[in-house]
Amino acid sequence: MTAPTLTDPSTAGPATPELEQASRKAEARRGLLIALPSYVYLVLLFVLPLVLVFVYSFATRDSTGQTVLADWNLDSYRRLFSAAVLEIFVRSLVLALVTTVICLAVSYPFAFYIATRTPRVRNVLLVFVMIPFWSNFLVRTYAWRVILGSEGPVSQASQLLGGEPLRLLFTNTAVLIGLVYGFMPFMVLPLYAALERMDWRLVEAARDLYADGWTAFRKVTLPLSMPGVVAGSILVFIPSLGAYVTPALLGGARTVLMGDYIVSQFLAARNWPFGSALSFAVMFVMLLATIFYFRAGARTL
Amino acid sequence: MSKPAVELAGVTKRFGDELVAIDRIDLTVEDGEFFSLLGPSGCGKTTTLRIIAGFEFPTEGSVRIHGSEMGLKPPNQRPVNTVFQSYALFPHMSVAENVAFGLNMKKVERSEVQRRVSRVLDQVQLAKRADARPSQLSGGMQQRVALARALVNEPEVLLLDEPLGALDLKLRQAMQVELKDLQGRVGITFIYVTHDQEEALTMSDRIGVMNEGRLLQVGRSEEIYEHPTSRFVADFIGDINLLVVTMNGSSTARLANGVEIGVPAGSAVVDGQVTVALRPERLALYDLDEEIPAGHNRVRVQVKRRLYYGDVHYYDVDAGIDTEIEVKEENRPGVELHEVGDEAYLVWSPEAANVVTS
Repeated sequence: MTAPTLTDPSTAGPATPELEQASRKAEARRGLLIALPSYVYLVLLFVLPLVLVFVYSFATRDSTGQTVLADWNLDSYRRLFSAAVLEIFVRSLVLALVTTVICLAVSYPFAFYIATRTPRVRNVLLVFVMIPFWSNFLVRTYAWRVILGSEGPVSQASQLLGGEPLRLLFTNTAVLIGLVYGFMPFMVLPLYAALERMDWRLVEAARDLYADGWTAFRKVTLPLSMPGVVAGSILVFIPSLGAYVTPALLGGARTVLMGDYIVSQFLAARNWPFGSALSFAVMFVMLLATIFYFRAGARTL
Repeated sequence: MSKPAVELAGVTKRFGDELVAIDRIDLTVEDGEFFSLLGPSGCGKTTTLRIIAGFEFPTEGSVRIHGSEMGLKPPNQRPVNTVFQSYALFPHMSVAENVAFGLNMKKVERSEVQRRVSRVLDQVQLAKRADARPSQLSGGMQQRVALARALVNEPEVLLLDEPLGALDLKLRQAMQVELKDLQGRVGITFIYVTHDQEEALTMSDRIGVMNEGRLLQVGRSEEIYEHPTSRFVADFIGDINLLVVTMNGSSTARLANGVEIGVPAGSAVVDGQVTVALRPERLALYDLDEEIPAGHNRVRVQVKRRLYYGDVHYYDVDAGIDTEIEVKEENRPGVELHEVGDEAYLVWSPEAANVVTS
């Protein structure tokens, strides 16, 4: 800023651009200092491993299966397009999408219900949503093995009603149930946050302007809660796509998903280059999905 | 339509067991009237409006609009529209989409919607901003969008909840004139909620003053201002001096300092103490040697304070009673100034006073 226009130039103070500059520099230094721990953390624990995986994905294996960091090639990426891999990929995508849709359909009414309660009831309900996090995910997934097993309560209930013993465990349905169960809170919380911020007077305004309850929801509440829908969908879709524990424990041999497939490449097949390439392929799809979601979300706002 | 626009009969609204938001309100608003509900915050005026709009339902009593009983009809089935205090414009829609919302909901034909939206946007001088989002507009413009969004539906009654509350003084005054003009042009019944007494006085055909859930007095602006019937109304609207006097006869009373004054003849008062309300501008200060008009009250006072406002002078005078009395004199040629410490006569006509209930 130079001298204000209203000031008589003869009485204006001397120009001091170097003072301004120095203050701006000091400000930038302080900012960097605050962010430094985060930067160090990100570079050491995120960027470096990622670069490592990227490098490995171009490496080769010797006759004993040992990874050799030489003879860089694209073989691993070529193998991504084999029928067997594509099948796993498509199955994972479909399962992640179905999981997201079911989570959204179940969570929206529940989040709406929570957001419209009194603050006290609201907090209690939110605690209920978060209670499952207090016990280990692995343990909870094992619990589902018991519930869904052929001697489990679900199967017994179906037999009591005169049906056949249910074979749910080790099927896609079991994996789906596990995924929906596991990631539901990630959908409920952002939806709740969006709905809790809602200005309900806007809904009143819509009702005042001759909209019935359902139309007011469709025209006002839903579009205004879209940020929550987008955030929740991303938070459910991405971990579902890469899920490992759930398919490993609840899925069968014929329901291999991306997550356990990648793990098997590293641990069982010892094909690190291919495992690395798979990881990057999944990340790429997640990136595309995220961009798509945000675009779609932005359009409705 | 000759039936009253809105009739409230014995309307009471309780929230929970304790809180009585409004208490047995009977009110008739005539067709085409500009009616204001005036009162301090929390007096129940907004609740009354919300009951007419259908956002709340009365615990007791009934609401009729142009003769038809509203009962449990939801807001979308009532022939009224609301201009909300915070405007409540849809942030995800353009100005034109906001304004078209009601017509689209009523399934009005598309070309007709366009025609009416552009006409009403012309009326509120926002035709150029039709594609803007509400957040891109100034407060005054948002206010006009809210108004246009309600008016475009040509409601039988327009409900306005402190629509000018968020605007600064200049803009508010301009919008007051605009609103009043508009109401005259469109001929729609306006029910206007405000806590601003000046706004209510200048705009309304009639005013209803509310306090603590009760409708205390209904009347034209002059009636409310000149003849308040209760201490609250007298005190809430304009400046007022409230003097507690002891009646001794049907039209005379004694001040706390023993001076006898005349009060309006025929004031229905029983013997005992009553409160007399006196507007500062109805009082005058006379020099001790000046001639007092016949039949006027005269109390000897001392000037304690003088405030110069340019167009008027305010005096606080001591009459030897427990409260000081405020006097407002216009700054006209010939009106003499009284200095602080001067003795003078405080003079007023008995008819200028009102006996009010407490």
